[in-house]
Amino acid sequence: MEDKKSFNFTFYLLILPVLLWLILLIVLPHIDLFISSFQVDGDNGKVFSFDNYTTFFKNKIYWLTFINTAAYAIGITLLAFVVTFPVAFYLTKVVSRKYASFLSLLLLIPLWIGELVTVYGWMIILGDHGVINESLIYFGIIDKPIHMLYTNISMSIGLLYISMLFMVIPIMTTLESLDDSLIEAASDLGASKWTIFRRIIIPYSMPGITSGGIIVFMLVIGDYVAPDILGGKSSLWFTEQIYNEFLSTFNWGEGAAFGFLLLMISSSIIWAALRISGQKLERVGS
Amino acid sequence: MGKILEIKNLTKEFKEFTAVKDVNFFVEEGGFFSILGPSGCGKTTLLRMISGFIKESSGEILIKDESMSGVPPEKRPVNIVFQSLALFPMMNVRENVAFGLKRQKLSKQEIDERVKDMLGRVSLHGFENKKVTELSGGQRQRVAIARSLVMKPSILLLDEPLGALDRKLREHMKIELKLLQKELGTTFIYITHDQSEALVMSDKVAVMNKGRFEQIDTPRNLYKNPKTAFVAGFVGESNRFELTNHSGNIITTENGWKVEKPNLDFTPKVLYIRPEALIIEPTDDIADLFKFEVLIKTILFDGSNTKVSAIVTSSKDELLISLPQNAKFEDLKEGDKVQVGVNYNDLKCYKG
Repeated sequence: MEDKKSFNFTFYLLILPVLLWLILLIVLPHIDLFISSFQVDGDNGKVFSFDNYTTFFKNKIYWLTFINTAAYAIGITLLAFVVTFPVAFYLTKVVSRKYASFLSLLLLIPLWIGELVTVYGWMIILGDHGVINESLIYFGIIDKPIHMLYTNISMSIGLLYISMLFMVIPIMTTLESLDDSLIEAASDLGASKWTIFRRIIIPYSMPGITSGGIIVFMLVIGDYVAPDILGGKSSLWFTEQIYNEFLSTFNWGEGAAFGFLLLMISSSIIWAALRISGQKLERVGS
Repeated sequence: MGKILEIKNLTKEFKEFTAVKDVNFFVEEGGFFSILGPSGCGKTTLLRMISGFIKESSGEILIKDESMSGVPPEKRPVNIVFQSLALFPMMNVRENVAFGLKRQKLSKQEIDERVKDMLGRVSLHGFENKKVTELSGGQRQRVAIARSLVMKPSILLLDEPLGALDRKLREHMKIELKLLQKELGTTFIYITHDQSEALVMSDKVAVMNKGRFEQIDTPRNLYKNPKTAFVAGFVGESNRFELTNHSGNIITTENGWKVEKPNLDFTPKVLYIRPEALIIEPTDDIADLFKFEVLIKTILFDGSNTKVSAIVTSSKDELLISLPQNAKFEDLKEGDKVQVGVNYNDLKCYKG
């Protein structure tokens, strides 16, 4: 009995900082935001109302922005898969173990720099007088700079770049556990390279692809920096709407409602995607 | 019966070492051929060359008199059962077995029939919709074999498929595999480091050491008349003695035990004697016997495989002696001195 008591005390002591962190910085602010999302200014101060939520559906600009954001987020998630799967496959199955860990380390470098700096880096590359345009002009391929910055393309490149690492790592983890003899067995049974890829490798790495997909989708749909800096005026990103509600029009209730809508709708999209692809959330982590 | 597989001067060189050196052999159609060797002897490399996963450095592989050089694994008339079994975890039993047939674009009906038939042969009827992860070790084994056999290969290659099973199941699967092979008539080439698996199942066994074949023979001959010291030491249990001297009919071990071995036409370096070749208290009417006295050290009881550990009284050389199956020497105990005899032919001498 004594032992159990002292264990409990140590346990609670150790978990206290995490609990404080969670409650004070995450749970309480969310409750506060949730309450304020149902409040509008009335004659005698704040009153309860659904107006903040109905505004989203009544104003075309808001829900169109959301659809645009979600569509881009889905597209970038798919693109991240296409771009990173060969990389993950190469690092886990093709390259020799000696170089694999070094090359994986290289992949992590963009993370050390931080998102803001990375995004400014892309400005230097994509700008009208940036690296790409200047080189193309120097070699005489084009006369006038191609306008790439402040478009949806530059925004997508930035979002892809900052998020794709979160796709590579879970895929690499599942591929590492893929026994090479599975690939050999399939080939022995007469399967072409394409069939092996489609029937063996992809189904095997599905849990990694799904968890990578969820992370990338959530990161992209909730990102602010890349759309704001690289996207410019023309790109509509829902987080920018939330930012505007809070800091430009000071309509905190509206902003809070938009925040919760973002959370709920993007969660629903993930839920629907899991249902359609026949994946189970419990299996994704493994 | 013709030769289904013929290997000519096959060599595989890796950067640092030669895994397979100038190997020659052939396998008869419908045979059960085992390649037996310690780990690292090159047997898996040899198997992977036959299946086409690695390319030979030189030499030739002929299957049904056709050269396999440049033919990719998926086009060769061989199928392989992997050491890890390599069952596809995302598919059920039926999908695993049907995988190869689907690649051949057969009709759904034919695929279903062949899968059903094959699952019946390996006694997995009714397991079609089970996940492979839900099966026991022996069942997984049979799925792997069925998945390869359903392709009707000319040769089935098996890469130590019983290695991961526990002892009881392994003993059972040995018999089952042999019966299955007899029934189907498919040529099996079986790779193993376990001499009992090779001896029990095979028609012919090749003993491989350091990339070379030491001897290709029937299991009985391999056991009775090993051609090299390596085979004598690797196949079955043996008492081994280093020899220092040879004069006339007498060979001497390094401890000074003088052993009578007539008609030797070379100077041997090692002597092997099987524990069961040693006869305790031999009667006088047995001819060609070398007799000596031993002191019993311990009894190693193991049911029908009981042995005694003994010391040659004249030299202190240690050896193991099998006890006969009848209970004749049951009361033998530590410290007893007994006469032991061994036939001259059972004294196996080798140069090195």
